[in-house]
Amino acid sequence: MSDVMIDARDLTKHYGQVTALRNATFQVRQGEVVGFLGPNGAGKTTTMKILTCFIAPSGGTALVGGADIFEDPIAVREAIGYLPESTPLYHEMLVLEYLEFVGKMRELRGSELQTRLRKVVEETSLGEVIGKSIGELSKGFRQRVGLAQALIHEPPVLILDEPMSGLDPNQAAEIRELIREIGRERTIILSTHNLAEVRVTCGRVLIISHGQLVADDTPEELAARAGKPRFVAILRKKDQGASRIREAFSVIGGAQTVNERPGAVEGETVVEVIPKGNQDLRADIFQAAVSANLVLLGLEQHGENLEDIFRELTTGNRGASS
Amino acid sequence: MSHILTIAGRQFRSYFNGPVAYIVICIVMLALGFFFWKTFFLFGRASAREMFRWLGLILVFALPALTMGLLAEEKRTGTIELLITMPVTEAQVVLGKFLGVLGLYAVLLVLTVSYPISVSTLGDLDWGPVWSGYLGLVLQGSAVLAIGLMASSWTNNQLIALFVAMTLSVFFWVLDKFLALLPTGAASALQWLSFDYHFQSMARGVIDLRDVLFFFSVTVFALAVAFRALEARRWS
Repeated sequence: MSDVMIDARDLTKHYGQVTALRNATFQVRQGEVVGFLGPNGAGKTTTMKILTCFIAPSGGTALVGGADIFEDPIAVREAIGYLPESTPLYHEMLVLEYLEFVGKMRELRGSELQTRLRKVVEETSLGEVIGKSIGELSKGFRQRVGLAQALIHEPPVLILDEPMSGLDPNQAAEIRELIREIGRERTIILSTHNLAEVRVTCGRVLIISHGQLVADDTPEELAARAGKPRFVAILRKKDQGASRIREAFSVIGGAQTVNERPGAVEGETVVEVIPKGNQDLRADIFQAAVSANLVLLGLEQHGENLEDIFRELTTGNRGASS
Repeated sequence: MSHILTIAGRQFRSYFNGPVAYIVICIVMLALGFFFWKTFFLFGRASAREMFRWLGLILVFALPALTMGLLAEEKRTGTIELLITMPVTEAQVVLGKFLGVLGLYAVLLVLTVSYPISVSTLGDLDWGPVWSGYLGLVLQGSAVLAIGLMASSWTNNQLIALFVAMTLSVFFWVLDKFLALLPTGAASALQWLSFDYHFQSMARGVIDLRDVLFFFSVTVFALAVAFRALEARRWS
């Protein structure tokens, strides 16, 4: 068997008159973490439901772990750990009771079940709530129970529909770390709206818009497409003797253009530096500010921005795609 | 098979984590107690016939409350998606759900055994019709539960499932009650389709294979429809 874990070919899905997905073709290899991006209603969830055999495509097919979704849906489901959108769980059950149920459904028994349970509870840090009923848990814990049930049988493929939604930043960071760790040897597809998320977690991005795949690339390459980065520094003059700001920054070798404007606060100046190539000028800007006797209050990198490309791809090409 | 039992076990246990099962059990026991003892001493007979007469009717109303959520609630909350994307077939899900609620029904039936036991302390009870009556209750109950599961597979609203299941069950129960108004041919056909007609003959102590087959067929048919409804989701 090759290392292609998910092989989607021409997936199409109509709901009555509405086409939710049109000829989606992509492959995901072992060890890849793929981010599935797109506005609401773009077809992310539909694709995931097709891959998990919850719904059948109207056209095309897919192989998951080598098994066809039409010919052997049970084998496909065995290979997948799935976290559906909004984490539907049995609220009346205790966490442990629920995970045991899922384990049994995944054909785990006896000591093997206990070992996996212990492992997955540790991985998702569920120890403190293991005896509580799921309905009592906070959103973050419920999300972790959802992840735990997807992980318990150590599936080669994980399909996570918005695993980070509704989590606070600390919880999201924990889950992200967990996903990265798991993603080392397994295949993960996760959908999200959060672009920063994708950059940190995913090695590859699929962007889907109006049911069509519009991009399939690494986050870095996608960002590069969005154009050159620019750097924005907020400065304050230390004393009257400080040299003129624009001149101080013009000495930066890599800088192509330097723009200066007054800041939002009296006495502050905002400087925008656009580099000639793609280089990182943050260190140079700092040096220039110090040597010109300026206080550097803030420094940001803009433009290398997935958000821009995302917006361009999911709104700009509307006319072109039809 | 193990998947079916796992689903059934989860369903059975989850009944005891919610209020519905307790409410249904209480109402059934209270209603049975009221109707049974109201007339028991008037007849002055040590017989459980009256219990079966009333229980057959009470259950036709009560059992749909146990089945209403089986699939409808899973569809409403979305848990059906996790259940079906586990390595199980739709048939296993339907059978597991059915066995789970059948288990709860068995608990309910065991609780009613207190009635024939009480009666037997008051006089000389003939246990033969009691056992055949219980067989009838199991069979009629299975049919009602299967109809309830079928209704639950059609909607994601528990109340609609309850209403549809109750209407269908009561309809089949009541079929043989207005036969005098109908021409003979239609009357015997309707009688033959009536739950109560088949059940009452078992409660009298007659175990006829035709009665058994009738309830068995209704059960299988309703479960098959539920299976189709669940499966249709994939192709919608």
